[in-house]
Amino acid sequence: MSEIRFHLKGEFGEFRLDAQASLPATGVTALVGPSGSGKTTLLRCLAGLARAEGEVAVGEAVWQDAGAFTPTWRRGVGYVFQEPSLLPHLSVKANLDYAAKRAGDRPGPGFDEVVAMLGLGPLLHRSPEALSGGERQRAAIGRALLAKPILLLMDEPLSSLDAASKAEVLPHLEQLHRSLSLPVIYVSHDALEVARLADRVVRMAAGRLVASHEAASADPLAHLSEGQVRTLARAALAAGLEVGS
Amino acid sequence: MEEVVRTTVALAGLTTLILLALATPLAWWLANGPKKGAGAWWKEAVAAVVSLPIVLPPTVLGFYVLIALGPQSPLMSLLHPFGVRTLAFTFAGLVIGSAVYSLPFAVQPLRNAFEAIGPRPREVAATLRATPLDSFFSVALPLARRGFVTAAVLVFAHTVGEFGVVLMIGGAIPGRTEVVSIRIYQLVEALQFRQAHRLAAALVLFSFAVLFALLMLERRAGRGPR
Repeated sequence: MSEIRFHLKGEFGEFRLDAQASLPATGVTALVGPSGSGKTTLLRCLAGLARAEGEVAVGEAVWQDAGAFTPTWRRGVGYVFQEPSLLPHLSVKANLDYAAKRAGDRPGPGFDEVVAMLGLGPLLHRSPEALSGGERQRAAIGRALLAKPILLLMDEPLSSLDAASKAEVLPHLEQLHRSLSLPVIYVSHDALEVARLADRVVRMAAGRLVASHEAASADPLAHLSEGQVRTLARAALAAGLEVGS
Repeated sequence: MEEVVRTTVALAGLTTLILLALATPLAWWLANGPKKGAGAWWKEAVAAVVSLPIVLPPTVLGFYVLIALGPQSPLMSLLHPFGVRTLAFTFAGLVIGSAVYSLPFAVQPLRNAFEAIGPRPREVAATLRATPLDSFFSVALPLARRGFVTAAVLVFAHTVGEFGVVLMIGGAIPGRTEVVSIRIYQLVEALQFRQAHRLAAALVLFSFAVLFALLMLERRAGRGPR
C-alpha cells in the first residue's frame, strides 16, 4: 500500500519541529494536539509553504529529500486554510476555474462533480464577500479538490465557523470522505469532527508526533460512556443537528 | 499655446507609462524582498535613494541629470556609437529627468499596495499549481490595481506640475521642451497676465479634477469589493 512518509526538522523562532511519520495514503488522518504544538507548521512544511530540513514523500512522488525541494506549485498538494482564503478579486466560479485550469487533465473529480458534492451550484456567480463563512469554506474545499492534488491538507477548516455553519459543512466533508480516495491530513481541535471524519488519529505535542492510533470502531460513540453520549446529543441538538444523522 | 499643452501631455503620459513599467518590479522587490540580514539593509538603502527626489530641490536633481545627459558623461559615451552625443535640451532628456523626479510617486503607492496583499493569496495560488510568475500576474497585479491607479494619477499630475527639473534639463525650447508650467512663468515675466491666467486656471482645474477623482476612487474601494 502506498504511504505518506515524512521526517521534518526545523526551527521556527522559538519553536522546534521534529516530526516523523509514515501514514497509509488513504482516508482521513486527523492531526490533533494542543495549540502551539506545531500542527499548522507541520502542514505548511508538508505543503512546501515553509521550509524545514528532511524528507517528504507521497507514494512515488518525492517532494523533498536531502538534495531536492519541490516547490509548492509542483507538488500537487491541496490546502484548505483555517480562515477563508478565496481569491477576493474572483467570483466563486472563477476561483474554482483558477484551480481547474491549472490542474489540466490530471486524474481527479470533475468540475460538475465537485460543485454537486459541495452544493456550490447556487454560489457560482457570487463574489467571496457575499458568502457566509460556511459557504466560503465549502468553496475553498471545492477549489482545493479541483487542483487535483495527490494529498489534501486541511488546517482546522471549520474552526472559524459558528456551530450552525459547522453543521452545514460537516456532512459535505463526510460525503467527500466516502466518495473520494484522496488521502487527507486533517488538523482539528474538535473531538466530534475527529470522531466523524477520521480513519486514524495522530497526536502532536511540542513539535513532535507522539502517538497514533486507528479510529477504534465504525461507531464514533462506542468508547464513550452513556452520560457523555447524552451530553453530545444535547450539544448536537443545540447546534441544529438531527439525531441519527 | 497648443504646442505647449501637447508637449506637456506627451511628457506626462510617457513618463507615467515608463515609470509604471520600471516601478512595478522595484516596488515588488521592496515589498517582498529580504526581511532581515544584509539584504534588508540594501533594500532600505534603495528605498531611501528612490525617495530622494521628494526631499531634493528640483534644481539639484535637474543639475545632476543635466550633467549625466551631457556629452562628457560616461552614461552618454555609451550612446556615442549610436550617434547620440547628448540628451540635454531634448524631449528624450526631459522624459528621463521627469521619470527620475517622479519615481517615488510611482514606487510608494505600489509598494504599499503589494505589502497590503500579504503572503496568503500567493500561497493559495501556489497550492493551486500557479508558478510565482503566474500568480504575480493572476493574483498580485489584480489585487494591487488600486495602487496602480494611484501611482499613475500621482505621476501624471506631478509631471504636469514640475518646473525646476524641466527648466534645467529642457531649456524651454518652444515646440520641443517647453511645457505649461514654464510658459506660465514666461508669460508672467512678459506681463501677459491674461494669457497666464488662462493657463494657470486650467492647471488649477486639472489638479482639482485629479485629486477629486483619486479621493472618489479611494472612497469606493474603501467600502465596496476590491
